[in-house]
Parts: sequence; structure tokens; C-alpha cells
Amino acid sequence: MEDAKKLEEFQAKIDAEIKIEPKDWMPEEYRQHLVRQMSQHAHSEVIGMQPEGNWITRAPSLRSKKILMAKAQDEGGHGLYLYCATETLGVSRDQLLNWLHEGKAKYASVFNYPCLNWADVGAIGWLVDGAAIVNQVSLQRTSYGPYSRAMVRICKEESFHQRQGYEIMASMMNGTADQQKMAQEAIERWWWPSLMMFGPHDGDSPRTSNAMKWKIKRETNDDLRQQFIDKTIPQAELIGLKVPDDNYELLENGSYKTSDIDWDEFWNVIKGNGPCNVKRLKHHKKAHDEGRWVREAAIAYNKKKEQKLQTA
Amino acid sequence: MSTDNQGPIWEVFVQSKAGKPYKHAGAVHAFDKEMAIENARDLYTRRNEGSGLWVVKAEDIVSVQAEDAESFFDPSDDKIYRHPTFYTMPEGSKNI
Repeated sequence: MEDAKKLEEFQAKIDAEIKIEPKDWMPEEYRQHLVRQMSQHAHSEVIGMQPEGNWITRAPSLRSKKILMAKAQDEGGHGLYLYCATETLGVSRDQLLNWLHEGKAKYASVFNYPCLNWADVGAIGWLVDGAAIVNQVSLQRTSYGPYSRAMVRICKEESFHQRQGYEIMASMMNGTADQQKMAQEAIERWWWPSLMMFGPHDGDSPRTSNAMKWKIKRETNDDLRQQFIDKTIPQAELIGLKVPDDNYELLENGSYKTSDIDWDEFWNVIKGNGPCNVKRLKHHKKAHDEGRWVREAAIAYNKKKEQKLQTA
Repeated sequence: MSTDNQGPIWEVFVQSKAGKPYKHAGAVHAFDKEMAIENARDLYTRRNEGSGLWVVKAEDIVSVQAEDAESFFDPSDDKIYRHPTFYTMPEGSKNI
């Protein structure tokens, strides 16, 4: 009975656009939805460092190497903002990492595709970060305060990522025939996975309704996907890239109609059968395990210092 | 405490430039003060966002519990005379 009243007050706050803060009462399902979504978001940022990180040593110039390092560092930072925000819901960082390693927590499927060459680095920045930005701009208005604040911070930093990617694509399209071909092949590899980043159609997404009612999500998967398509197709056309969809057309309302996504591929990658699923997780575990001695040394050092302080 | 963890949580406050108030930015994990302030610098001031930085162990922060907030802040409810709009000024008075 008391819960029903609390739930009513909770919904009234959400409806009035009052943010929910960590110590406020919230339905357990709201908390669980947030833990799942925010930790998945955090893991995506961190796992997302891998495909690009591979190219830091092979960047074609010092300028591009410095930029790529800064971008990978930002992604790590974004992961940390999100882990901190998730921890306000009463889950420890160690627990979040365990769930990732045990396969209980997911990350964005798009990072299970390989980054084959420098053009892919451009395509990832332009398309994958571009899709992430559309989603994250919307999430700035999410109802959970710490998540919203993390999104505001991330969005401020993220637009450099997309611009550096588009710059790579544009300079390749200004280059030799071989470079143009590389860029075209990269958009063909990354276009569909980027559209899949927004998730299943709203009708097929089991969790949309409560997430919308509680304003965790502010716009539906399909609406966000359409915003991305409408922004990106003109950018592709401007630099002479062809979107790998024979049936797309510009509608009178200024929006683009596109073919449907290959959902079998989408679900297959989510289930763990993408080209790099095993590799990405294995690498993350390896890095975590190899860092164990650093954490242990830091704990031991701090303990020693505290003991010294007590005996002094 | 287990021998493998990320260390305690420290809350981070950034002052964007001299004269401005310190604002909560987020949190970091660290094992001691030095590590906390350095982690906070690397995480929250990568783009010259800060001229000042505070870190404090989250467990040392005292805060009001949400369910107590109403009664806790209640004493200020009935003191409307603390607001300038409470007072009646004579017709035609200026600069006050």
C-alpha cells in the first residue's frame, strides 16, 4: 500500500521533469533498468577503445596519432563517468566488471566488428560516434540525475570524435582513386552496424514502454535512428560517398526512407557470434588481470602508510 | 577489504576559474589522496576545465537523507521576512 503511494509520487516527479537522485525512493525495476543500461553504456565506451586503439601505432601521421590517442583516452574517461554514475545506484565497480567478464552484462554490438584499416578509423569516428551522439544528446534529458549529468559532460567532448572521423573520410575522398575506394568500402562495412546501434524496432524492443514512461529513454529507437539517417546521408553525399542502400530516397518532408536492417545479423552478433566478440572480452580480461598487481601494490602501500601514521 | 579492488570512491569538485564556486563533477576511485587528486585531474580536467580541484572520500561526506529532507529544511519555511519582497516600501521610493 505504501509502495503504491510512493510509486505514484515517483511518477508525479517524473512527469514534472524533476530528476531522480541516488537517495530518492525509486521502484526496484527502475533501478535495475538503469544499472543494466548505464553499465552497458560504460562497458561500450571502454570496449570501444579496442578497435581504434589497434591503429594508434599505425596512424599515418603524428597529428593523427595524437588525435587518436586523445580520442581513445576520452572513451576511457567516458566509461569512468558512467561507471561512477552507475555506482550511485549501489553497485560496486568490481561487481560491474565481474558481470561484464561473466557475460552477464553486454556492450554495444558494433564493437564486435573489426577495424580493418585507416579508413575504418574514419568511418568509426564519423558513423559510430555519430550514432552514439544522437543517442546521448537525447539521454541528456534522462530522468536519473547522475546519468543525465554524465551525458551532458560526454556530449561536450564527443563532437570532436565525430568531426575527426568525418575529416579522415573527407580527406580520403579528396585523395587518389585507391584512397577513395578504401573510404567507400569503409562506409559499406560500417553503415548497417551503425544503424543497428539504435537497437531493435520499437515494437520488438521488450523494454521500451517502462523506459519511456519513466523517462529513462526520451525518444524511441526508431526515432533516434531516423535522426541519424537524416543527418548522415547528406554528409556522405557531400564528400561523394555512396550509402550502401540501393533503395534509399529523400521524402518530401526532408526525411530519408531506407531499406530495413538485416535483423538476423543484429541478433546473431548480440548472441555473441560477431567477428570479434570473443576477442574483445578476452582482451579486456587480460588487461584487468595484468593490472592486478598494481591494485594490490597500491592497497599494500596505503596500508603501510596508515600504519606509519598511527605509530608516529 | 579483498586484495583486488578499485579502492574507495572519492567525490570530485572542480572550480572552473578563479572566483567561481567549486562544482561537483563526479567521482573517481583511488587508494590514497595523491592518487585521488591525480585521477581527478586526468578524468575531469582534460580540456582546461579547472583552475581548482577538490577531492574528498565519499564516506566522509555528511548529507541529508532524502526522507528527512522535508522536516530538516522545515525551519526556514515560516520566515518569509528574510526575503526583501516581504517589506512594503513607500510609494515613489527609489534605489532600494
